[in-house]
Amino acid sequence: MISTIEETRVPAIAAGSREFTSVPGRWTGLARQLPALPLAILVPFVLIALFADWIAPYDPTEPIPGAKIFEPPFWMEGGSVHALLGTDFQSRDLLSRLIFGARVSLIVGVTGTLVAGSIGTALGILAGYLGGWVDQVIMRLTDAWLALPALVFAIFLATMLGPSMWNIVIILGAVYWTRYARVIRGEVLSLREREFVKLAEIAGGSRTRVIFRHILPNVLNSTMVLASLTIGVVIIAEASLSFLGVGVPPPEPAWGSMLADGRSMLMVGDWWLTIFPGLGILLVVLATQLLGDWLRIRLDPQLRNM
Amino acid sequence: MPAPLLELENLQKYFPVSSGMLLRRKIGWVKAVDGVNIAVYPGETLGLIGESGCGKTTTSKLILLQETPTAGTIRFDGEDIASLTGQELMRYRREVQVVFQDPYSSLSPRMRVGDIIAEPLEIHTDFSREALHERVAEVLDLVGLEPEAARLFPHEFSGGQRQRIAIARALTTHTRLIVLDEPVSALDVSIRAQIMNQLEHLQQTLGVSYLFIGHDLATVAHISHRIAVMYLGQIVELADSLELCAKPLHPYTQALFAAALPSHPDDRHEKLTITGEVPSALNPPSGCRFHPRCPHAMPQCAHEAPVRKEVAPQHMVACHLY
Amino acid sequence: MAPLLRVSDLQTHYFSFGGTRVVKAVDGVSFTLEEGETIGLVGESGCGKTTTCLSVVGLLPPAARVVGGSIEFAGEELTTKRPREMRRIRGRQIAMILQDPMASLNPLFSIYWQVAEPAYHHQGMRGRSLLKRVRDLLRAVRIASPEVRMREYPHQMSGGMRQRVVGAIAMAGGPKLIIADEPTTNLDVTIQAQYLEVLKDIQQQSGVALIFVTHNLGIVAKMCDKMAVMYAGKIVEHGAVRDLFRDPKHPYTQALLGSMPKLGSKEPLFAIPGQPPNLAQLPSGCAFQPRCVHAMPRCAMQEPDDRRIGPNWTAKCWLVDQQAKGQYASATA
Repeated sequence: MISTIEETRVPAIAAGSREFTSVPGRWTGLARQLPALPLAILVPFVLIALFADWIAPYDPTEPIPGAKIFEPPFWMEGGSVHALLGTDFQSRDLLSRLIFGARVSLIVGVTGTLVAGSIGTALGILAGYLGGWVDQVIMRLTDAWLALPALVFAIFLATMLGPSMWNIVIILGAVYWTRYARVIRGEVLSLREREFVKLAEIAGGSRTRVIFRHILPNVLNSTMVLASLTIGVVIIAEASLSFLGVGVPPPEPAWGSMLADGRSMLMVGDWWLTIFPGLGILLVVLATQLLGDWLRIRLDPQLRNM
Repeated sequence: MPAPLLELENLQKYFPVSSGMLLRRKIGWVKAVDGVNIAVYPGETLGLIGESGCGKTTTSKLILLQETPTAGTIRFDGEDIASLTGQELMRYRREVQVVFQDPYSSLSPRMRVGDIIAEPLEIHTDFSREALHERVAEVLDLVGLEPEAARLFPHEFSGGQRQRIAIARALTTHTRLIVLDEPVSALDVSIRAQIMNQLEHLQQTLGVSYLFIGHDLATVAHISHRIAVMYLGQIVELADSLELCAKPLHPYTQALFAAALPSHPDDRHEKLTITGEVPSALNPPSGCRFHPRCPHAMPQCAHEAPVRKEVAPQHMVACHLY
Repeated sequence: MAPLLRVSDLQTHYFSFGGTRVVKAVDGVSFTLEEGETIGLVGESGCGKTTTCLSVVGLLPPAARVVGGSIEFAGEELTTKRPREMRRIRGRQIAMILQDPMASLNPLFSIYWQVAEPAYHHQGMRGRSLLKRVRDLLRAVRIASPEVRMREYPHQMSGGMRQRVVGAIAMAGGPKLIIADEPTTNLDVTIQAQYLEVLKDIQQQSGVALIFVTHNLGIVAKMCDKMAVMYAGKIVEHGAVRDLFRDPKHPYTQALLGSMPKLGSKEPLFAIPGQPPNLAQLPSGCAFQPRCVHAMPRCAMQEPDDRRIGPNWTAKCWLVDQQAKGQYASATA
């Protein structure tokens, strides 16, 4: 009879299925398969937002000395290269305002999403894992919150708290956490029954340990996908708030308020005041949505693989 | 006879069944485990065999403290585990571990194998990182894997290797009893033998006891020293493994043997004597629970539940035939 | 008489990553099946037995294709048939029983409709005669009170009963061949035994041929006349069940038989060293050679083809030549 122990000593990297290298710690394989379009849009915007101070030709809050109001972009009649995309109703450089507006939109979008995601994921995990009355309370809270129309509620909070960029971030986070809570709770409910979680419990692991080592890492995928899809929503929400005048206060440039400012001039044909900020919102939101879609598809087969 | 390591005494677990949305009246009990008496001795393997609904999974949950018994006691090293708290409870958790059936869901997908194996140690000790590394390498060696395996993720391993990792994890804290719940059923045939041999080797080297739960008679009989046959929440026969294979006494055990697949085409078993489905544990038959399907049923069997008797040395049966 | 099914040198490949990765799931499989015969297709996961069956019934997933060989059923070549033609054959002449009865049964339709469907579509049965047919089929699979049961839905039945309904559906079209892919894996031991008896009954009554796909040699021992052992997409040994169990020639067959625990014996199990093969990266020569205890240098260099052991018994192994030589030598000594 063969002595089986020696024979069965297997090298660690034996039965390969090493094609799927996209797991935490193995992101290098990903580089080859990144989504071109969303990144082609987002990376420039992010860079612009980061280096706004150096790129923007003028101070966005000050009028250009010697310029007229409502100057059109430089390729149109009446425009000049001093203000490449024209000026607004206070002869401020539109291009600079767009650049700084990008910063506002992206900061608010990302941090607002982070706030919403953190609150929502935390509540979702607690509700799903602890169950019982904790679950009931959190779920009723979520239901009640969802019943409120998001934007109206945001406006209400904005008027209560007063306008400022960071207030807006908090408000948007407070409004949009519910979608996370629901989805993450569902995932945690099924994760809880998986054997590796039970094993951790049987080994005597505390609830904290189980949540942080076993539950949280396995819901991060969903959190990431939800986040990328939420950024677009938050950016539009911020733009809406600014459009309505309760968002980022002037003279700080925000795409939404630029839309509001330029709205009346559309009638007279000064299209550049609204089209450019509008285009900005469109592109960024589109890019984040596409990125979210890509992430969702990318991450799903891995889950199935496990 | 040394003292038993684990003792189940008159263990009962009833699950309430209620109906109605608002009022939730209790309409009955699912008697998943109803009077189980078995013991596992140090260094031995007790096989627990039965079909779906017999209560073996519930029994293992009770042992692992995932459920609390409705009645009866579970004693480990002589102490009632229901009364354990604090340090003693942690000690129990350290000394009793489990290996589940599905190698694909028992390992945390986002943790490295080394961390997975080290987790029980992290919970129960304050070993330094080096000490943890050392112990992980030790147990990996015990189960026949290279130390480099610790850096990899579970999905990079095959089913059989994952079960080894699960077994390694169950051994890190000098476990004394491992509950093995169908540990090889989900594995390929050629890998099963590897794992079975591995388990036997580990038992000989470390003296660890096993409670081996399974549904395949040949597999359970091979690795177990003694076998307990379970039907609808009760133990109907308990005997030494070879003795049981040579002389099954309870009609249900005999039916299991008759139903077992032959290992050779010329190996014709007796004609199958059992009919019907396993009745539900919600409304078990009166008297002897097996009597509706039993080919030897007597009038007495419907009224009186049989008592467990020692019919031959170390061979217990609960049947009116004896 | 021509065999009912003749598979010759079948090759089915899986294409992934835009065609850059090819997995030869079935790589030159040949076997025949006469009417009323039962053959066991044995092997572990990934050996190609399920893909072989899917190739026969034309139900391969989009990523897979039959790239070579032929499948002759009742005189007709199946590999060249159009999907419409295959649909006429499936259910009527060839039926399949799968592993998970809950996945095979539609939860929304009653048992009656599901059993009746093949007879309704393929044989145009209606009304009273259809009702009688369903009743007879349910009785044939030993379901008591069929009139009552046929009005029930799948979720009201136990696993064993559902699997029997699946058997009834398979028989409903009056097929000549039933392919059963691990039909009893999810069933309890005593239920499995009853179910296998039912299958045997059906076969005796109707003379249908059976392909039993399984990794469990016990089922083969109980149910099959002949068996084909598969490894890495090829049949490594093929012959009568009695012959292979008594004196297996291929080391993999020997290993499989040696690794089965036998009731009442505590003999150590033979554990095949190593891991199942990675079909994308097969070793040169014989695919089993890295795990073979009798491997010779020739095995790594040259892939063995079918060596004849008996009239209907072949094995893909160079050892067969050695043994034959040995016998010849001793016979002439």
